[in-house]
Amino acid sequence: MANVALRKVVKKYDRTEAVRGIDLDIADKEFIVLVGPSGCGKSTTLRMIAGLEEVTDGEIFIGGDLVNDVPPKDRDIAMVFQNYALYPHMTVFENMSFGLRLKKYPKPEIKSRVENAARILGITELLERRPRQLSGGQRQRVAMGRAIVRNPKVFLFDEPLSNLDAKLRVQMRTEIKKVHQTVKTTTVYVTHDQVEAMTLADRVVVMNAGVIEQLGTPQELYHSPRTRFVAGFIGSPAMNFVPCTLTEATGGGLSARLGAGLSFNIPASRTQRYKPFVGRELIFGLRPEHMIEVRGERRPDCQEFGVTVDVVEPMGMETMVFFLVDGTEVCARVNPAAAGQPGQQMRLVAELGNMHLIDPQTDAVI
Amino acid sequence: MTAATATVDAPRRTFTGSIKRSRRWALYSSYFFLILFAIFFLVPPYYQLVTATKTSEQISNQTTNPWLPALTASAEGLNPGGENASKASLAVKSNAGESWMPAALQGAWANVTQLMTTTDFPIYFRNTAIVTVLVVIVTMLIAVPAAFSLGRMRFWGSGILATGVFLTYLVPDSLLFIPLFKVVGGLGLLNSYWGLVLVYPTLSVPFCTWIMIGYFQSIPKELDEAALIDGANYLQMLFKIFIPVALPGVIAATIFAFTVSWAAFVYPMAFIYSSDQLVLTAGTITSLVKADVYQWGMIMTAALIAAAPPLVIYAFLMDYYIAGLTAGATKG
Repeated sequence: MANVALRKVVKKYDRTEAVRGIDLDIADKEFIVLVGPSGCGKSTTLRMIAGLEEVTDGEIFIGGDLVNDVPPKDRDIAMVFQNYALYPHMTVFENMSFGLRLKKYPKPEIKSRVENAARILGITELLERRPRQLSGGQRQRVAMGRAIVRNPKVFLFDEPLSNLDAKLRVQMRTEIKKVHQTVKTTTVYVTHDQVEAMTLADRVVVMNAGVIEQLGTPQELYHSPRTRFVAGFIGSPAMNFVPCTLTEATGGGLSARLGAGLSFNIPASRTQRYKPFVGRELIFGLRPEHMIEVRGERRPDCQEFGVTVDVVEPMGMETMVFFLVDGTEVCARVNPAAAGQPGQQMRLVAELGNMHLIDPQTDAVI
Repeated sequence: MTAATATVDAPRRTFTGSIKRSRRWALYSSYFFLILFAIFFLVPPYYQLVTATKTSEQISNQTTNPWLPALTASAEGLNPGGENASKASLAVKSNAGESWMPAALQGAWANVTQLMTTTDFPIYFRNTAIVTVLVVIVTMLIAVPAAFSLGRMRFWGSGILATGVFLTYLVPDSLLFIPLFKVVGGLGLLNSYWGLVLVYPTLSVPFCTWIMIGYFQSIPKELDEAALIDGANYLQMLFKIFIPVALPGVIAATIFAFTVSWAAFVYPMAFIYSSDQLVLTAGTITSLVKADVYQWGMIMTAALIAAAPPLVIYAFLMDYYIAGLTAGATKG
């Protein structure tokens, strides 16, 4: 068991800077997820922790030891790859025990460790099979088993569920969480899927263009994003962004004017925070789930408004309603029974307690 | 113009074929060309086989069909070796008329016994086997690690080196044998099959390396990363992961090295001149072609016997020469 620390870590490929000086502290037994779009540097960061990529600059510590020049085999880590990377000519047992056999562990110990890992993952009956005789989910379990038997200081997962179909992905996600709760090993998990990040992580690291945009618990990232990128990346469907102008309303309050016909009153609790930006062109952000159908009761910081429905996407338990606000497409998440038809007028309620204002010059959430 | 007229005016699409029909035609043409090629390639070995069953007299007989085996035993005798006739062939000769063996078998048997007893063919065969086994071992010992390092261990200049290795293969042996003659002579290995063990790898190593670079490169890179993390060093990675996974490539390279060594002609002709050191290719020619006298029956028999080991090797190794061994390693 160990903590992992990254200090001003940089990775350059020729002239391209894939990772630009990131600092990260991962506590012992913590489950950290690195999430971000393709090319954001998350996999490179993971591979540097693994020792598969050299660090151009900065320092990486595992369990307090500087490991920049330590080969992967001596870092006491285990990694699960996106495409499983099982040895095709070996049985599941041989695959899982390969690392232990190389380290010349006694046979009875190898056997008991493999059997224990197989039991945790429910693959005991597959131990004599070869990878080609397994399904995608089973292969990924074997890959995880290969990591577990080593009893490493740190687990590294490089988009392990990306190759699985949607249903299996959800199932394996739960499996991974269960395994972490059972073996309690420090875990660094890379994914581009923000749902995976939110569901698995103790803390999520959102990366973009080689830097950490924000680090926090899933709830923090969801409710208090620091940048427009994080606000848009976390949450599905993504947060709506509409240009607005912040104006001073009568009575000392503030209001955000979204184009010609729509204006929202800023909750009183935010007035002080937003006051310096009065008169500025800003971006108004509100998640689809915070724009719902009118339910009758009046709640604080909620404001009713009317829209013309453009597109309706029924999802079963909820329906996405798309409409235009000053030329920008906006999505609301409503009760299926309340959703109108395309072209119809509809009344919605904006829960303004959850709104965000973004400064377009810095892309920072105010 | 109304929509209705537009529809009428539009060119009508006609469907003249079907997937089933075009598949049938593809199959017919495949069969046609495959049969054509099979005939083309099988005719020479057939002719070789037929000739190997005949005595010199039967071969030179203008009245019989050279494409068919002899139906009657040679009246004059089964003594293609002239004054070197062996006891075995004399035994067959004395019973030529009333032998229980069909004429073709009598002829073949006579050729084989003549070859084995009156020429140094067994010595050539032994020498070839020794040289080939050693060349295959030397080739694989050099080519496998070379391919692994060039194909997987990225280092400065590895790409150019890999191409360079292949380019050396493109230099024909007919150009190389003169400088190599000096090299082999300088090492005191002229007229010794050890000289061949030294020079054959110049032909086999580049190509085998090239084949295996391709096989090694086709193995997903995550496999060696997984092995690295599992604690394998590069040698363990090569022997425990790469060679087993790229076994079809290793077998293909082995077959190639075997064939190169077994069938090489220019180098033994140039470097070897005494019969105790000669190998099959050069030995058969030098001992069975004297001036303008070609002992066709024995030449063909020698060629058939010489072709047997490669055929056996192919037959056995082809079973293992299966593609798709990497199935299951990664998402498929």
